[in-house]
Amino acid sequence: MTSPTEYLRVTDLHAFYGESHILHGMDFRVNSGECVTLLGRNGAGRTTTLKAILGLTGRRTGSVMLNGREVTGWPAHRIAHLGVGYCPEERGIYASLSTEENLMLPPQVGSGGMPVEEIYRMFPNLEERRKSQGSRLSGGEQQMLAMARILRTGARLLLLDEISEGLAPVIVQKLAEIIRSLKEKGFTIVLVEQNFRFAAPLADRMYIVEHGRIVAEIGKDELEQKQALLHEYLGV
Amino acid sequence: MSEIFGIPIQAFMGQLMLGLVNGSFYATLSLGLAVIFGMLNIINFAHGALYMAGAMLAWMGLNYFGIGYWWSLLLAPLGVGVVGIFIERSMLQWLYRLDHLYGLLLTFGLALILEGLFRDLYGVSGLPYSIPEEFAGAYNLGFMFLPKYRAWVILASLLVCLATWFVIEKTRLGAYLRAATENPQLTQAFGINVPLMVMLTYGFGVALAGFAGVLAAPAMQISPLMGSNLIIVVFAVVVIGGMGSILGSIVTGLGLGLIEGLTKVFYPEASSTVVFIIMAIVLLVRPAGLFGREK
Ligand SMILES: Nc1ncnc2c1ncn2[C@@H]1O[C@H](COP(=O)(O)OP(=O)(O)O)[C@@H](O)[C@H]1O
Ligand SMILES: [Mg+2]
Repeated sequence: MTSPTEYLRVTDLHAFYGESHILHGMDFRVNSGECVTLLGRNGAGRTTTLKAILGLTGRRTGSVMLNGREVTGWPAHRIAHLGVGYCPEERGIYASLSTEENLMLPPQVGSGGMPVEEIYRMFPNLEERRKSQGSRLSGGEQQMLAMARILRTGARLLLLDEISEGLAPVIVQKLAEIIRSLKEKGFTIVLVEQNFRFAAPLADRMYIVEHGRIVAEIGKDELEQKQALLHEYLGV
Repeated sequence: MSEIFGIPIQAFMGQLMLGLVNGSFYATLSLGLAVIFGMLNIINFAHGALYMAGAMLAWMGLNYFGIGYWWSLLLAPLGVGVVGIFIERSMLQWLYRLDHLYGLLLTFGLALILEGLFRDLYGVSGLPYSIPEEFAGAYNLGFMFLPKYRAWVILASLLVCLATWFVIEKTRLGAYLRAATENPQLTQAFGINVPLMVMLTYGFGVALAGFAGVLAAPAMQISPLMGSNLIIVVFAVVVIGGMGSILGSIVTGLGLGLIEGLTKVFYPEASSTVVFIIMAIVLLVRPAGLFGREK
Protein backbone atom coordinates (compact mmCIF):
# COMPACT_ATOMS: atom_id res chain seq x y z
CA MET A 1 0.00 0.00 0.00
CA THR A 2 1.17 3.50 -0.76
CA SER A 3 0.37 6.10 1.83
CA PRO A 4 -2.08 8.73 0.57
CA THR A 5 0.36 11.60 0.84
CA GLU A 6 3.07 9.96 -1.21
CA TYR A 7 3.45 11.77 -4.55
CA LEU A 8 6.46 9.97 -5.96
CA ARG A 9 7.99 6.61 -5.07
CA VAL A 10 10.98 5.21 -6.92
CA THR A 11 11.81 1.58 -6.19
CA ASP A 12 14.83 -0.39 -7.38
CA LEU A 13 15.09 1.76 -10.50
CA HIS A 14 17.67 0.76 -13.06
CA ALA A 15 18.19 2.82 -16.19
CA PHE A 16 20.34 2.46 -19.27
CA TYR A 17 21.61 4.64 -22.08
CA GLY A 18 22.11 2.11 -24.83
CA GLU A 19 24.49 -0.43 -23.32
CA SER A 20 25.64 1.69 -20.39
CA HIS A 21 23.99 0.85 -17.12
CA ILE A 22 23.64 4.17 -15.27
CA LEU A 23 21.16 3.74 -12.42
CA HIS A 24 21.74 0.75 -10.14
CA GLY A 25 18.61 0.48 -8.06
CA MET A 26 17.51 3.96 -7.00
CA ASP A 27 15.13 3.94 -4.01
CA PHE A 28 13.45 7.04 -2.63
CA ARG A 29 10.10 8.64 -2.01
CA VAL A 30 8.72 12.18 -1.99
CA ASN A 31 5.60 13.06 -0.07
CA SER A 32 3.06 15.61 -1.19
CA GLY A 33 4.18 19.12 -0.28
CA GLU A 34 7.72 18.04 0.52
CA CYS A 35 10.90 19.51 -0.86
CA VAL A 36 13.49 16.79 -1.29
CA THR A 37 16.97 17.27 -2.66
CA LEU A 38 19.14 14.79 -4.49
CA LEU A 39 22.74 15.74 -3.80
CA GLY A 40 25.78 14.20 -5.36
CA ARG A 41 28.91 14.73 -7.35
CA ASN A 42 28.96 15.28 -11.08
CA GLY A 43 28.14 12.06 -12.86
CA ALA A 44 26.45 10.47 -9.85
CA GLY A 45 23.26 9.84 -11.83
CA ARG A 46 20.88 12.53 -10.54
CA THR A 47 19.93 13.92 -13.96
CA THR A 48 19.47 10.40 -15.21
CA THR A 49 17.14 9.73 -12.27
CA LEU A 50 14.88 12.63 -13.29
CA LYS A 51 14.97 11.54 -16.92
CA ALA A 52 14.16 7.96 -15.96
CA ILE A 53 11.14 9.15 -13.96
CA LEU A 54 9.99 11.05 -17.05
CA GLY A 55 10.61 8.14 -19.41
CA LEU A 56 13.41 9.90 -21.30
CA THR A 57 16.20 7.36 -20.86
CA GLY A 58 16.59 4.13 -22.75
CA ARG A 59 15.52 0.89 -21.15
CA ARG A 60 14.60 1.01 -17.47
CA THR A 61 13.46 -1.53 -14.92
CA GLY A 62 12.05 -1.23 -11.43
CA SER A 63 9.17 0.94 -10.44
CA VAL A 64 8.18 4.60 -10.58
CA MET A 65 4.89 5.34 -8.84
CA LEU A 66 3.39 8.77 -9.49
CA ASN A 67 0.27 9.65 -7.57
CA GLY A 68 -0.29 5.97 -6.95
CA ARG A 69 0.14 4.96 -10.59
CA GLU A 70 2.91 2.80 -11.99
CA VAL A 71 4.37 4.72 -14.97
CA THR A 72 7.44 2.71 -16.01
CA GLY A 73 5.71 1.40 -19.12
CA TRP A 74 4.24 4.75 -20.15
CA PRO A 75 5.32 6.87 -23.12
CA ALA A 76 6.97 10.12 -21.98
CA HIS A 77 4.22 12.45 -23.15
CA ARG A 78 1.63 10.81 -20.88
CA ILE A 79 3.70 11.07 -17.70
CA ALA A 80 3.63 14.87 -17.62
CA HIS A 81 -0.14 14.73 -17.50
CA LEU A 82 0.01 13.26 -13.99
CA GLY A 83 0.96 16.77 -12.93
CA VAL A 84 4.71 16.71 -13.40
CA GLY A 85 6.77 19.75 -14.40
CA TYR A 86 10.38 19.39 -15.54
CA CYS A 87 13.11 22.00 -15.51
CA PRO A 88 16.11 20.42 -17.27
CA GLU A 89 19.73 20.97 -16.35
CA GLU A 90 20.56 22.75 -19.61
CA ARG A 91 17.36 24.82 -19.10
CA GLY A 92 15.94 23.81 -22.44
CA ILE A 93 14.82 27.23 -23.61
CA TYR A 94 13.77 26.90 -27.25
CA ALA A 95 15.88 29.26 -29.37
CA SER A 96 13.36 29.27 -32.19
CA LEU A 97 10.52 30.38 -29.90
CA SER A 98 9.97 33.79 -28.33
CA THR A 99 9.98 34.18 -24.56
CA GLU A 100 6.20 34.28 -24.57
CA GLU A 101 5.92 31.21 -26.79
CA ASN A 102 8.34 29.38 -24.49
CA LEU A 103 6.21 30.33 -21.53
CA MET A 104 2.95 29.27 -23.16
CA LEU A 105 4.29 26.08 -24.74
CA PRO A 106 3.80 23.34 -22.11
CA PRO A 107 0.20 22.12 -22.15
CA GLN A 108 -2.02 22.16 -19.09
CA VAL A 109 -1.31 19.07 -16.96
CA GLY A 110 -3.45 19.86 -13.94
CA SER A 111 -5.89 22.36 -12.58
CA GLY A 112 -4.98 25.51 -10.71
CA GLY A 113 -1.90 26.52 -12.68
CA MET A 114 -0.47 29.93 -11.90
CA PRO A 115 -2.13 32.69 -13.96
CA VAL A 116 0.19 34.42 -16.40
CA GLU A 117 -0.22 37.75 -14.57
CA GLU A 118 1.00 36.18 -11.36
CA ILE A 119 3.94 34.63 -13.18
CA TYR A 120 4.87 38.01 -14.62
CA ARG A 121 4.63 39.51 -11.12
CA MET A 122 7.02 36.83 -9.90
CA PHE A 123 9.35 37.26 -12.89
CA PRO A 124 9.00 40.87 -14.11
CA ASN A 125 11.95 40.50 -16.52
CA LEU A 126 10.07 37.92 -18.52
CA GLU A 127 7.23 40.30 -19.23
CA GLU A 128 9.64 42.95 -20.47
CA ARG A 129 11.31 40.45 -22.75
CA ARG A 130 8.11 38.79 -23.94
CA LYS A 131 8.88 39.26 -27.62
CA SER A 132 12.58 38.37 -27.53
CA GLN A 133 13.77 35.09 -29.00
CA GLY A 134 14.59 32.52 -26.34
CA SER A 135 18.22 32.52 -27.41
CA ARG A 136 18.56 36.24 -26.59
CA LEU A 137 17.87 35.85 -22.88
CA SER A 138 20.63 35.97 -20.28
CA GLY A 139 21.43 32.84 -18.28
CA GLY A 140 19.43 34.10 -15.31
CA GLU A 141 16.45 35.01 -17.46
CA GLN A 142 16.56 31.60 -19.13
CA GLN A 143 16.50 29.92 -15.74
CA MET A 144 13.55 32.04 -14.62
CA LEU A 145 11.72 31.22 -17.84
CA ALA A 146 12.41 27.51 -17.44
CA MET A 147 10.86 27.68 -13.97
CA ALA A 148 8.01 29.97 -14.94
CA ARG A 149 6.75 27.84 -17.80
CA ILE A 150 6.13 24.81 -15.59
CA LEU A 151 4.30 26.85 -12.96
CA ARG A 152 1.73 27.84 -15.55
CA THR A 153 0.68 24.26 -16.33
CA GLY A 154 -0.88 23.20 -13.05
CA ALA A 155 1.93 20.72 -12.36
CA ARG A 156 2.13 19.88 -8.64
CA LEU A 157 5.40 17.95 -8.70
CA LEU A 158 8.39 19.96 -9.89
CA LEU A 159 11.57 18.20 -10.97
CA LEU A 160 14.27 20.88 -10.90
CA ASP A 161 17.74 20.02 -12.17
CA GLU A 162 20.62 22.20 -10.93
CA ILE A 163 18.68 25.44 -11.15
CA SER A 164 21.35 27.39 -9.25
CA GLU A 165 24.20 26.26 -11.49
CA GLY A 166 26.32 28.99 -13.04
CA LEU A 167 24.19 31.91 -11.88
CA ALA A 168 25.15 35.09 -10.05
CA PRO A 169 24.58 35.09 -6.25
CA VAL A 170 21.69 37.59 -6.44
CA ILE A 171 19.86 35.38 -8.85
CA VAL A 172 20.53 32.27 -6.78
CA GLN A 173 19.07 34.14 -3.82
CA LYS A 174 16.01 35.08 -5.82
CA LEU A 175 15.58 31.42 -6.84
CA ALA A 176 15.74 30.36 -3.19
CA GLU A 177 12.97 32.83 -2.40
CA ILE A 178 10.89 31.45 -5.22
CA ILE A 179 11.35 27.86 -4.02
CA ARG A 180 10.28 28.95 -0.55
CA SER A 181 7.14 30.58 -1.84
CA LEU A 182 6.37 27.50 -3.96
CA LYS A 183 6.68 25.35 -0.84
CA GLU A 184 4.20 27.60 0.91
CA LYS A 185 1.85 27.16 -2.02
CA GLY A 186 2.02 23.40 -1.47
CA PHE A 187 4.12 22.33 -4.45
CA THR A 188 6.03 19.06 -4.20
CA ILE A 189 9.62 19.63 -5.23
CA VAL A 190 12.58 17.46 -6.17
CA LEU A 191 15.70 19.59 -6.19
CA VAL A 192 18.72 18.08 -7.89
CA GLU A 193 21.75 20.01 -6.66
CA GLN A 194 25.47 20.11 -6.24
CA ASN A 195 25.23 23.37 -4.40
CA PHE A 196 24.80 22.18 -0.80
CA ARG A 197 24.53 25.72 0.60
CA PHE A 198 21.65 26.45 -1.74
CA ALA A 199 19.78 23.20 -1.21
CA ALA A 200 20.25 22.53 2.50
CA PRO A 201 18.10 25.38 3.87
CA LEU A 202 15.31 24.59 1.40
CA ALA A 203 15.12 20.82 1.72
CA ASP A 204 12.95 18.86 4.13
CA ARG A 205 15.05 15.79 3.40
CA MET A 206 18.21 15.07 1.46
CA TYR A 207 19.32 12.03 -0.39
CA ILE A 208 22.91 11.53 -1.40
CA VAL A 209 23.40 9.83 -4.75
CA GLU A 210 26.54 8.04 -5.83
CA HIS A 211 27.17 5.64 -8.69
CA GLY A 212 23.51 5.49 -9.58
CA ARG A 213 22.09 4.66 -6.16
CA ILE A 214 21.07 6.37 -2.95
CA VAL A 215 23.85 6.04 -0.39
CA ALA A 216 22.42 8.14 2.44
CA GLU A 217 19.26 9.84 3.57
CA ILE A 218 19.51 12.83 5.85
CA GLY A 219 16.57 14.52 7.55
CA LYS A 220 16.48 18.25 8.14
CA ASP A 221 17.25 17.79 11.85
CA GLU A 222 20.07 15.29 11.32
CA LEU A 223 22.49 17.67 9.63
CA GLU A 224 24.68 17.99 12.73
CA GLN A 225 25.00 14.32 13.50
CA LYS A 226 25.57 13.30 9.87
CA GLN A 227 28.28 15.89 9.17
CA ALA A 228 30.78 13.13 8.60
CA LEU A 229 28.65 11.53 5.89
CA LEU A 230 28.21 14.82 4.12
CA HIS A 231 31.91 15.42 4.24
CA GLU A 232 32.71 11.98 2.93
CA TYR A 233 30.31 12.12 -0.04
CA LEU A 234 30.17 15.78 -0.94
CA GLY A 235 33.24 17.31 0.63
CA VAL A 236 31.25 19.85 2.64
CA MET B 1 4.86 46.35 -80.75
CA SER B 2 6.82 47.29 -77.66
CA GLU B 3 9.98 45.54 -76.70
CA ILE B 4 12.06 45.07 -73.57
CA PHE B 5 15.81 44.58 -74.00
CA GLY B 6 15.07 43.85 -77.63
CA ILE B 7 12.61 41.08 -76.79
CA PRO B 8 8.88 41.46 -77.57
CA ILE B 9 7.16 42.25 -74.31
CA GLN B 10 4.58 39.51 -74.93
CA ALA B 11 7.24 36.82 -75.12
CA PHE B 12 9.11 38.30 -72.19
CA MET B 13 6.09 38.40 -69.90
CA GLY B 14 5.01 34.96 -71.10
CA GLN B 15 8.33 33.43 -70.04
CA LEU B 16 8.23 35.33 -66.78
CA MET B 17 4.79 33.89 -66.07
CA LEU B 18 5.92 30.40 -66.97
CA GLY B 19 8.87 30.90 -64.66
CA LEU B 20 6.51 31.87 -61.86
CA VAL B 21 4.39 28.78 -62.50
CA ASN B 22 7.46 26.56 -62.27
CA GLY B 23 8.59 28.54 -59.26
CA SER B 24 5.25 27.84 -57.59
CA PHE B 25 5.84 24.11 -57.96
CA TYR B 26 9.41 24.47 -56.70
CA ALA B 27 8.18 26.45 -53.71
CA THR B 28 5.40 24.04 -52.73
CA LEU B 29 7.62 20.99 -53.13
CA SER B 30 10.66 22.40 -51.38
CA LEU B 31 8.45 23.67 -48.56
CA GLY B 32 7.24 20.10 -47.96
CA LEU B 33 10.83 18.84 -48.04
CA ALA B 34 11.88 21.53 -45.57
CA VAL B 35 9.09 20.76 -43.11
CA ILE B 36 9.85 17.04 -43.28
CA PHE B 37 13.59 17.51 -42.93
CA GLY B 38 13.18 19.83 -39.95
CA MET B 39 11.02 17.44 -38.00
CA LEU B 40 12.12 13.98 -39.15
CA ASN B 41 15.70 14.60 -40.10
CA ILE B 42 15.00 12.72 -43.30
CA ILE B 43 15.73 13.80 -46.85
CA ASN B 44 12.55 12.65 -48.53
CA PHE B 45 13.59 11.33 -51.90
CA ALA B 46 10.09 9.97 -52.43
CA HIS B 47 8.79 13.54 -52.69
CA GLY B 48 8.78 13.65 -56.49
CA ALA B 49 7.08 10.26 -56.74
CA LEU B 50 4.39 11.37 -54.31
CA TYR B 51 3.88 14.55 -56.35
CA MET B 52 3.38 12.29 -59.36
CA ALA B 53 1.04 10.12 -57.29
CA GLY B 54 -1.07 13.21 -56.56
CA ALA B 55 -1.47 13.88 -60.27
CA MET B 56 -2.15 10.18 -60.95
CA LEU B 57 -4.78 10.03 -58.22
CA ALA B 58 -6.52 13.01 -59.79
CA TRP B 59 -6.47 11.29 -63.17
CA MET B 60 -7.69 7.98 -61.76
CA GLY B 61 -10.39 9.72 -59.74
CA LEU B 62 -11.69 11.42 -62.88
CA ASN B 63 -11.51 8.42 -65.18
CA TYR B 64 -12.66 5.65 -62.84
CA PHE B 65 -15.00 7.45 -60.45
CA GLY B 66 -15.96 10.67 -62.19
CA ILE B 67 -14.39 12.79 -59.45
CA GLY B 68 -13.77 16.26 -60.86
CA TYR B 69 -10.87 18.67 -60.47
CA TRP B 70 -12.09 20.50 -57.36
CA TRP B 71 -12.76 17.38 -55.35
CA SER B 72 -9.44 15.98 -56.50
CA LEU B 73 -7.70 19.07 -55.25
CA LEU B 74 -8.93 18.06 -51.82
CA LEU B 75 -9.01 14.25 -51.99
CA ALA B 76 -5.78 13.47 -53.83
CA PRO B 77 -3.57 15.30 -51.30
CA LEU B 78 -5.48 13.55 -48.53
CA GLY B 79 -4.84 10.21 -50.23
CA VAL B 80 -1.16 11.00 -50.63
CA GLY B 81 -1.06 12.11 -46.98
CA VAL B 82 -2.51 8.78 -45.88
CA VAL B 83 0.08 6.94 -47.96
CA GLY B 84 2.70 9.10 -46.27
CA ILE B 85 1.42 8.25 -42.82
CA PHE B 86 1.55 4.57 -43.72
CA ILE B 87 5.15 4.97 -44.93
CA GLU B 88 6.10 6.82 -41.74
CA ARG B 89 4.53 4.33 -39.35
CA SER B 90 5.68 1.21 -41.16
CA MET B 91 9.20 2.23 -42.19
CA LEU B 92 10.56 5.71 -41.54
CA GLN B 93 9.99 5.71 -37.79
CA TRP B 94 12.72 3.09 -37.38
CA LEU B 95 15.33 5.27 -39.06
CA TYR B 96 15.27 8.54 -37.09
CA ARG B 97 18.24 7.68 -34.94
CA LEU B 98 20.37 6.57 -37.84
CA ASP B 99 22.40 8.58 -40.31
CA HIS B 100 20.56 10.68 -42.97
CA LEU B 101 21.79 8.21 -45.52
CA TYR B 102 19.37 5.48 -44.45
CA GLY B 103 16.30 7.66 -44.80
CA LEU B 104 17.56 8.88 -48.14
CA LEU B 105 18.10 5.35 -49.41
CA LEU B 106 14.74 4.11 -48.16
CA THR B 107 12.78 6.98 -49.67
CA PHE B 108 14.77 6.68 -52.90
CA GLY B 109 13.78 3.01 -53.07
CA LEU B 110 10.16 3.93 -52.41
CA ALA B 111 10.29 6.46 -55.25
CA LEU B 112 11.55 3.79 -57.64
CA ILE B 113 8.82 1.39 -56.55
CA LEU B 114 6.06 3.98 -56.93
CA GLU B 115 7.29 5.07 -60.32
CA GLY B 116 7.68 1.48 -61.46
CA LEU B 117 4.18 0.68 -60.33
CA PHE B 118 2.58 3.52 -62.31
CA ARG B 119 4.81 2.82 -65.28
CA ASP B 120 3.59 -0.73 -65.30
CA LEU B 121 -0.03 0.42 -65.12
CA TYR B 122 -0.03 3.35 -67.54
CA GLY B 123 3.21 3.35 -69.51
CA VAL B 124 5.31 6.48 -69.92
CA SER B 125 3.62 8.22 -72.81
CA GLY B 126 1.63 10.60 -70.62
CA LEU B 127 -2.04 10.92 -69.77
CA PRO B 128 -4.19 13.93 -70.62
CA TYR B 129 -6.12 15.92 -68.02
CA SER B 130 -8.10 18.83 -69.26
CA ILE B 131 -8.16 22.26 -67.67
CA PRO B 132 -11.31 22.78 -65.59
CA GLU B 133 -13.90 24.89 -67.44
CA GLU B 134 -13.63 27.78 -65.02
CA PHE B 135 -10.03 28.27 -66.05
CA ALA B 136 -10.26 27.78 -69.81
CA GLY B 137 -9.06 30.77 -71.78
CA ALA B 138 -6.92 33.71 -70.77
CA TYR B 139 -7.12 37.18 -69.30
CA ASN B 140 -6.19 40.01 -71.62
CA LEU B 141 -4.00 42.26 -69.50
CA GLY B 142 -3.35 44.68 -72.34
CA PHE B 143 0.38 44.02 -72.54
CA MET B 144 -0.05 40.22 -72.50
CA PHE B 145 -2.46 37.32 -72.45
CA LEU B 146 -2.39 35.49 -69.13
CA PRO B 147 -3.80 31.97 -69.32
CA LYS B 148 -6.28 31.68 -66.47
CA TYR B 149 -5.03 28.33 -65.31
CA ARG B 150 -1.47 29.61 -64.91
CA ALA B 151 -2.73 32.46 -62.79
CA TRP B 152 -4.64 29.94 -60.66
CA VAL B 153 -1.58 27.72 -60.16
CA ILE B 154 0.46 30.67 -58.93
CA LEU B 155 -2.31 31.94 -56.68
CA ALA B 156 -3.21 28.56 -55.19
CA SER B 157 0.42 27.65 -54.50
CA LEU B 158 1.12 30.99 -52.91
CA LEU B 159 -1.93 30.69 -50.69
CA VAL B 160 -1.03 27.19 -49.56
CA CYS B 161 2.60 28.14 -48.92
CA LEU B 162 1.69 31.25 -46.97
CA ALA B 163 -0.93 29.39 -44.95
CA THR B 164 1.67 26.77 -44.07
CA TRP B 165 4.15 29.46 -43.09
CA PHE B 166 1.52 31.18 -40.98
CA VAL B 167 0.54 28.02 -39.12
CA ILE B 168 4.15 27.11 -38.40
CA GLU B 169 5.37 30.56 -37.37
CA LYS B 170 2.33 32.17 -35.79
CA THR B 171 0.10 29.60 -34.11
CA ARG B 172 0.23 27.42 -31.03
CA LEU B 173 0.30 24.25 -33.11
CA GLY B 174 3.23 25.76 -34.99
CA ALA B 175 5.00 26.49 -31.70
CA TYR B 176 4.60 22.80 -30.79
CA LEU B 177 6.06 21.91 -34.15
CA ARG B 178 9.04 24.22 -33.82
CA ALA B 179 9.62 23.05 -30.26
CA ALA B 180 9.49 19.40 -31.29
CA THR B 181 11.88 20.13 -34.15
CA GLU B 182 14.36 21.81 -31.83
CA ASN B 183 14.20 19.53 -28.79
CA PRO B 184 11.89 16.53 -29.20
CA GLN B 185 12.77 14.94 -25.84
CA LEU B 186 11.97 17.97 -23.73
CA THR B 187 8.85 18.72 -25.75
CA GLN B 188 7.64 15.23 -25.03
CA ALA B 189 8.48 15.61 -21.35
CA PHE B 190 6.11 18.59 -21.30
CA GLY B 191 3.30 16.26 -22.29
CA ILE B 192 3.17 16.86 -26.04
CA ASN B 193 2.73 13.76 -28.17
CA VAL B 194 5.78 14.19 -30.39
CA PRO B 195 5.60 10.86 -32.26
CA LEU B 196 2.08 11.78 -33.35
CA MET B 197 3.27 15.18 -34.54
CA VAL B 198 6.12 13.61 -36.47
CA MET B 199 3.70 11.28 -38.20
CA LEU B 200 1.30 14.08 -39.09
CA THR B 201 4.17 16.28 -40.27
CA TYR B 202 5.29 13.67 -42.76
CA GLY B 203 1.71 13.17 -43.85
CA PHE B 204 1.26 16.91 -44.30
CA GLY B 205 4.60 17.38 -46.08
CA VAL B 206 3.81 14.76 -48.70
CA ALA B 207 0.21 15.98 -48.97
CA LEU B 208 1.72 19.29 -50.12
CA ALA B 209 3.50 17.33 -52.85
CA GLY B 210 0.21 15.64 -53.73
CA PHE B 211 -1.46 19.05 -53.93
CA ALA B 212 1.22 20.31 -56.30
CA GLY B 213 0.68 17.16 -58.34
CA VAL B 214 -3.03 17.88 -58.79
CA LEU B 215 -2.25 21.49 -59.71
CA ALA B 216 0.21 20.20 -62.28
CA ALA B 217 -2.16 17.66 -63.80
CA PRO B 218 -3.93 20.04 -66.22
CA ALA B 219 -0.81 22.09 -66.83
CA MET B 220 1.61 19.34 -67.81
CA GLN B 221 1.51 15.82 -69.10
CA ILE B 222 0.75 13.34 -66.33
CA SER B 223 3.40 10.67 -66.49
CA PRO B 224 5.09 8.35 -64.03
CA LEU B 225 8.32 10.23 -64.61
CA MET B 226 7.00 13.76 -64.07
CA GLY B 227 8.20 13.67 -60.46
CA SER B 228 11.75 12.56 -61.04
CA ASN B 229 12.20 15.21 -63.75
CA LEU B 230 11.13 17.94 -61.38
CA ILE B 231 12.57 16.75 -58.09
CA ILE B 232 16.20 17.13 -59.13
CA VAL B 233 15.67 20.85 -59.63
CA VAL B 234 13.69 21.02 -56.38
CA PHE B 235 16.59 19.50 -54.46
CA ALA B 236 18.85 22.13 -55.96
CA VAL B 237 16.34 24.74 -54.77
CA VAL B 238 16.45 23.28 -51.28
CA VAL B 239 20.23 23.36 -51.24
CA ILE B 240 20.24 26.98 -52.40
CA GLY B 241 17.61 28.08 -49.88
CA GLY B 242 19.07 26.14 -46.98
CA MET B 243 17.70 22.88 -45.70
CA GLY B 244 14.93 23.28 -43.18
CA SER B 245 14.07 26.97 -43.59
CA ILE B 246 10.34 27.50 -44.17
CA LEU B 247 10.26 31.00 -45.60
CA GLY B 248 13.57 30.36 -47.32
CA SER B 249 12.19 27.50 -49.35
CA ILE B 250 9.17 29.52 -50.49
CA VAL B 251 11.18 32.56 -51.53
CA THR B 252 13.95 30.55 -53.15
CA GLY B 253 11.48 28.39 -55.06
CA LEU B 254 9.69 31.34 -56.60
CA GLY B 255 12.91 33.26 -57.19
CA LEU B 256 14.61 30.42 -59.02
CA GLY B 257 11.53 29.81 -61.15
CA LEU B 258 11.72 33.45 -62.22
CA ILE B 259 15.44 33.29 -62.90
CA GLU B 260 14.92 30.18 -64.97
CA GLY B 261 12.20 31.96 -66.95
CA LEU B 262 14.43 34.96 -67.58
CA THR B 263 17.26 32.74 -68.68
CA LYS B 264 14.94 31.18 -71.26
CA VAL B 265 14.43 34.64 -72.71
CA PHE B 266 17.97 35.90 -72.72
CA TYR B 267 20.15 32.82 -73.00
CA PRO B 268 17.99 29.77 -73.65
CA GLU B 269 21.01 27.45 -73.88
CA ALA B 270 21.56 27.82 -70.12
CA SER B 271 17.93 27.61 -69.00
CA SER B 272 18.12 24.01 -67.85
CA THR B 273 21.43 24.44 -66.04
CA VAL B 274 21.14 27.88 -64.51
CA VAL B 275 19.69 26.54 -61.25
CA PHE B 276 22.64 24.21 -60.81
CA ILE B 277 25.14 26.93 -61.60
CA ILE B 278 23.53 29.08 -58.91
CA MET B 279 23.64 26.11 -56.56
CA ALA B 280 27.36 25.70 -57.11
CA ILE B 281 27.99 29.38 -56.47
CA VAL B 282 25.85 29.42 -53.31
CA LEU B 283 27.60 26.31 -52.01
CA LEU B 284 30.95 28.05 -52.48
CA VAL B 285 29.89 31.27 -50.78
CA ARG B 286 27.34 30.12 -48.19
CA PRO B 287 27.48 26.35 -47.68
CA ALA B 288 24.44 26.40 -45.37
CA GLY B 289 22.31 27.99 -48.10
CA LEU B 290 20.86 31.49 -48.42
CA PHE B 291 18.46 31.13 -45.48
CA GLY B 292 20.11 28.24 -43.62
CA ARG B 293 21.92 28.46 -40.32
CA GLU B 294 25.38 27.01 -39.95
CA LYS B 295 25.30 24.08 -37.57
N1 LIG C 1 23.03 10.34 -22.92
C1 LIG C 1 23.94 9.61 -22.23
N2 LIG C 1 24.49 8.51 -22.79
C2 LIG C 1 25.39 7.77 -22.11
N3 LIG C 1 25.82 8.04 -20.86
C3 LIG C 1 25.30 9.11 -20.25
C4 LIG C 1 24.34 9.96 -20.89
N4 LIG C 1 24.00 10.96 -20.04
C5 LIG C 1 24.71 10.74 -18.92
N5 LIG C 1 25.49 9.65 -19.03
C6 LIG C 1 26.38 9.10 -18.01
O1 LIG C 1 25.58 8.76 -16.90
C7 LIG C 1 26.27 9.04 -15.70
C8 LIG C 1 25.36 9.85 -14.81
O2 LIG C 1 25.18 11.11 -15.40
P1 LIG C 1 24.15 12.18 -14.85
O3 LIG C 1 22.87 11.51 -14.55
O4 LIG C 1 24.13 13.31 -15.81
O5 LIG C 1 24.83 12.62 -13.49
P2 LIG C 1 24.59 13.90 -12.59
O6 LIG C 1 23.36 14.59 -13.07
O7 LIG C 1 24.45 13.37 -11.22
O8 LIG C 1 25.79 14.77 -12.74
C9 LIG C 1 27.56 9.73 -16.06
O9 LIG C 1 28.60 8.78 -15.95
C10 LIG C 1 27.35 10.14 -17.49
O10 LIG C 1 28.56 10.07 -18.19
MG1 LIG D 1 23.17 16.45 -13.81
